[in-house]
Amino acid sequence: MKGKGPAVNVGADIDTDLVIAGRYLRTKDHSTWVAHVFEDLDPSLAPLLNGAVIVAGKNFGCGSSREQAAIAIREAGVVAVVAPSFARIFFRNAINIGLPLIECDLTCTEGCLVKFDLSEGWVEAEGKKHSTRPLSSRMQAILSAGGLVEYWRNRR
Amino acid sequence: MATLSERILGGSAGEYVDRKVDRAYVHDGTGVLTLEAWKRMGGDRLSDSARLSMFFDHIVPANNSTTATLQHELREFARSSFMHFSDIGCGICHQIMSEGFVLPGEVVVGADSHSCTLGAFGAFATGVGATDMAAIWLTGETWFRVPETTGIHLSGSFSGATEAKDLALTYVNRLGMDGATYRALEFTGEGVSGLSMDDRLVLCNLAVETGAKTGMFYADDVTVQYLARAGHTLPSQVPEPCSYVQELDIGLSDIVPLVAVPHRVDTVRPVREIAGLPVDQVFVGTCTNGRYSDLARFARRVKGKTVAVRTIVVPASRAVLEEAIRTGVLADLVEAGCTIGTPGCGPCLGSHMGVLGEGEVCLSTANRNFTNRMGVGGEIYLGSVATAAASALEGELTEPEVC
Repeated sequence: MKGKGPAVNVGADIDTDLVIAGRYLRTKDHSTWVAHVFEDLDPSLAPLLNGAVIVAGKNFGCGSSREQAAIAIREAGVVAVVAPSFARIFFRNAINIGLPLIECDLTCTEGCLVKFDLSEGWVEAEGKKHSTRPLSSRMQAILSAGGLVEYWRNRR
Repeated sequence: MATLSERILGGSAGEYVDRKVDRAYVHDGTGVLTLEAWKRMGGDRLSDSARLSMFFDHIVPANNSTTATLQHELREFARSSFMHFSDIGCGICHQIMSEGFVLPGEVVVGADSHSCTLGAFGAFATGVGATDMAAIWLTGETWFRVPETTGIHLSGSFSGATEAKDLALTYVNRLGMDGATYRALEFTGEGVSGLSMDDRLVLCNLAVETGAKTGMFYADDVTVQYLARAGHTLPSQVPEPCSYVQELDIGLSDIVPLVAVPHRVDTVRPVREIAGLPVDQVFVGTCTNGRYSDLARFARRVKGKTVAVRTIVVPASRAVLEEAIRTGVLADLVEAGCTIGTPGCGPCLGSHMGVLGEGEVCLSTANRNFTNRMGVGGEIYLGSVATAAASALEGELTEPEVC
């Protein structure tokens, strides 16, 4: 899986309350989550996300198991999230809904073009190529199916 | 020689395994997306409804018609699919599961991050998201990466007015918010035998705040006796020598009353260093500290006095509430001026009753103090039940005295 997009930088330890606050969870309308994504972190982030690659610090997605966090990011149009580490529930949630996560300690200028190739295991920004920690074969299979729903639907 | 996680999951750290899930549960928050994902997977009947539960605890009773409609749909599904269903007022999922529904050696998965609480019984208990849970509804199984383990060696016993919450904040502070990411925590050492099941549940509850998959205690005499009261006759688990990737030693008698200050659970300070900070609300409850022993301890400190600030007490379950009624603890709380909420999560996640106003400070016995979690602009300090009681009486952050 390949992709690219301008970098949107966020810090370390971004918890899922900051991705989507508890007060917006009770709906089936995914557009509500997109409308309020990262609102409590920085309300100016949302308009930058379509087509972007989020470049985060360590432990991205810690806290609550709310899958709405991963859905909000994906449906805002984010192509992938790059971080040195992800909280484990968020990690599973994101792959399960088809949002690529890339484990890599990357720092780059806001807005610079970030390219990645998951199968070859690299991410590139500002002329520098970094190797990434590969996804487990199970997670690769889920992600290439498009998510866990599609993974199981194809097996039944 | 294996860690408890390796024994239960049947693999070595780093291996990927598929495991049948002994107990799996969702709540009114995560159930909606789980049901949606399960239907999209082609789900028509549950893998094994006897192993599956649904608990209404996050917004109870429903706060508006949108929530009520979502809950109506879930309730109808739970009833028609014959999974165990626990309606509003019954209490928090992890608490009810802890009242005799989790046994040592089991694999327990909850669609809630604090499902790690149940590792207190010597089970492998962990949280997942909605789509993972949908696959468990479909197949009865899920995959795990067998975790490496951080060993937390406990010695001595609590002194003064410290309690399990202060110990939990101590290890979260020492490990940091991601210090145990992708790992399990095992609590061992001679200090363990003096910890009640309620203490152990508190310690395992905060495991996820270090990034850990779960926190675990080996089932010992305390566990066996607790489960015997729920009608289960079981042997204890004998620890084997095993290797931990990291070890931490904590002497219980060295700990003083602590609070986690906004907005990180791992940023911890002794209460005495910031005593005097004005508090607008005290909240006692949640899957961390809403058990009967917590309510009783709080009541013992406020009985015959009047709280100086608004104080919300939310029993973790109906069983907790019933016991508090039977023993008079509830009357003591109400007479001291506390407001009692419906058994459930209360204001912990900021979705309904008891949220904070802009600039307000809450001393909470819960497990998370993230930015805006209990209301936009609110500041959350996390502390023990004793600290909550002392602070409720003074209207400011107050170090509890021995009582």
